[in-house]
Amino acid sequence: MDITNFLIMKQELLLTLITLFILVSEIFVSDKRRIIPIAIVLFGIHTLFGFLYNSYGSIFGGMYQNSELVNLMKNILNLGVFIVLLQSSTWLLKEENENKISEFFILTFSTLIGMNFMISSGDFLMFYLGLELATIPMAALVAYNTYDKKSSESGLKLIMSAAFSSAVMLFGISLIYGQFGTLYFSELLSADMTSPLLILAFLMFISGLSFKISLVPFHFWTADVYEGAPTNVTSYLSVISKGAAVFIFNILLFTVFRNIVDVWSDVLYVLAILTMTIGNLFAIRQTNIKRFLAFSSVAQAGFILLGLLGTNELGMATVIYFILIYIFSNLAAFGVVSSIENNSGKLNIEDYNGLYHTNPNMSLLMMLSLFSLAGIPPLAGFFGKFFLFTAAAQNGYYWLIFIAVINATISLYYYLIVVKAMFINKNDSPIEKISNNWYMKTSYIICLIGLIVIGFYSDIFEYINQISIGI
Amino acid sequence: MIEGIEIQHIILVSSLMFFIGVYGFMTRKNLITMLMAIELMLNAVNINFVAFNKYLHPENMQGHFYSLFIIAIAAAEAAVAIAIIINLYRNLHSIDVEDVNNMKH
Repeated sequence: MDITNFLIMKQELLLTLITLFILVSEIFVSDKRRIIPIAIVLFGIHTLFGFLYNSYGSIFGGMYQNSELVNLMKNILNLGVFIVLLQSSTWLLKEENENKISEFFILTFSTLIGMNFMISSGDFLMFYLGLELATIPMAALVAYNTYDKKSSESGLKLIMSAAFSSAVMLFGISLIYGQFGTLYFSELLSADMTSPLLILAFLMFISGLSFKISLVPFHFWTADVYEGAPTNVTSYLSVISKGAAVFIFNILLFTVFRNIVDVWSDVLYVLAILTMTIGNLFAIRQTNIKRFLAFSSVAQAGFILLGLLGTNELGMATVIYFILIYIFSNLAAFGVVSSIENNSGKLNIEDYNGLYHTNPNMSLLMMLSLFSLAGIPPLAGFFGKFFLFTAAAQNGYYWLIFIAVINATISLYYYLIVVKAMFINKNDSPIEKISNNWYMKTSYIICLIGLIVIGFYSDIFEYINQISIGI
Repeated sequence: MIEGIEIQHIILVSSLMFFIGVYGFMTRKNLITMLMAIELMLNAVNINFVAFNKYLHPENMQGHFYSLFIIAIAAAEAAVAIAIIINLYRNLHSIDVEDVNNMKH
């Protein structure tokens, strides 16, 4: 084996090196605050390298594979993580976190390595290892505020339900192994999956992954974990972790489970309706902004399933495109929420009353991101949703699209509640003017550019569409 | 392969173990016991993998290796879970799951 073959794993290897570098530099850097710029610059270089010098192929006997498509997915995740790191600076610089700054970066990068391995896995063993590497450090991240009851409670809820769901998923994988005697995706491509045993195995497998994407009825952990976790970890969890799970879900459905497309179409049809409707209905009654965004992200996952029902190149392209837009929209919203939480400690939607009079720029960014999440035309979110509906319409799911459009309208109602609070509602003691540091400002600018440009710059979608795979 | 024991018997045992684990996870109130229930589920999967490997696909060792990895990861998972439970105990002075209810809406 040629040593240059390892360059196929460039992203993971580079990320591992950065993680080790931060681990060692923690010993030698006396002022822990200096780790923040080091980590952000190193990760920025890593993000840039993701676009350059790529080699594709498979190693370890097909257990690990990299293609242009997989590399694009990793680049999208890198971009999101870069924004999350920029946004977390204010929170990490607080006095209580002074001694555990490097822990945040090490754990975040570990989960990202896990997600990268999960996306580029070529068999179920590598998939499982990547999934667990993405989940276990995540629980530690969620329980980061060790003296906060809520934080440790949500860490517990995450690790318990993650362990339970991965056990269910493993049982499904073991049944698949029992039937075919192989775990490689490439050998399972031509396998006949129609026997009842394999349908059961598939259902157990899909429930394990649905937990990661937090589809209804597997969403019970979402709101509690999102509320209790530190806000920057919540944004990481709701965007990057969910995006990675959607990517591998997409790849697996379109390759390994392509022979039972009739079965999984029916399953996804029901899951999509449940997820959109219940996510929306619960989002309406929330008063805490983090729980509100949690349920809105549950509802967004329901829309993503519409793209998966497209079952061809267009379907996969719309899902990836939607995740790209979702990263910018949701991170802009979470950026504003974390900035407000770190400066004033306020998290209720009614605390946002009159925000426009004191913080006009942040209110405008929050409004744009919420409009993008709702799908209002000039912003990128509209194009994302529109393409998802187009993909589903190709296969004739008109009733589903009808329900989805009703749900998009309902979602506009609760997004507008927040916008109304910021711009119209009167408040005698609004949140004071917040001056963000330049990390935060950079992240806002990146999000703003993403929100506006991605929708209009159609080359991005055409590029994704060109490299996507279908059944 | 063991003389006189069919694969159906082994699958029966592993399925029973798995669902006892599910039942235990749903009904138990103590967090450590819930963790034990999850271990039961994972061990059921291990039995499945090893039995399938031995009885149905003896030509390669994938099932054995998979179960080894499951054992290792289950240990890591339990370590993190117990660390979080200890931290929770410091904050709440209880490891009863009914007391872990700060967030309810």
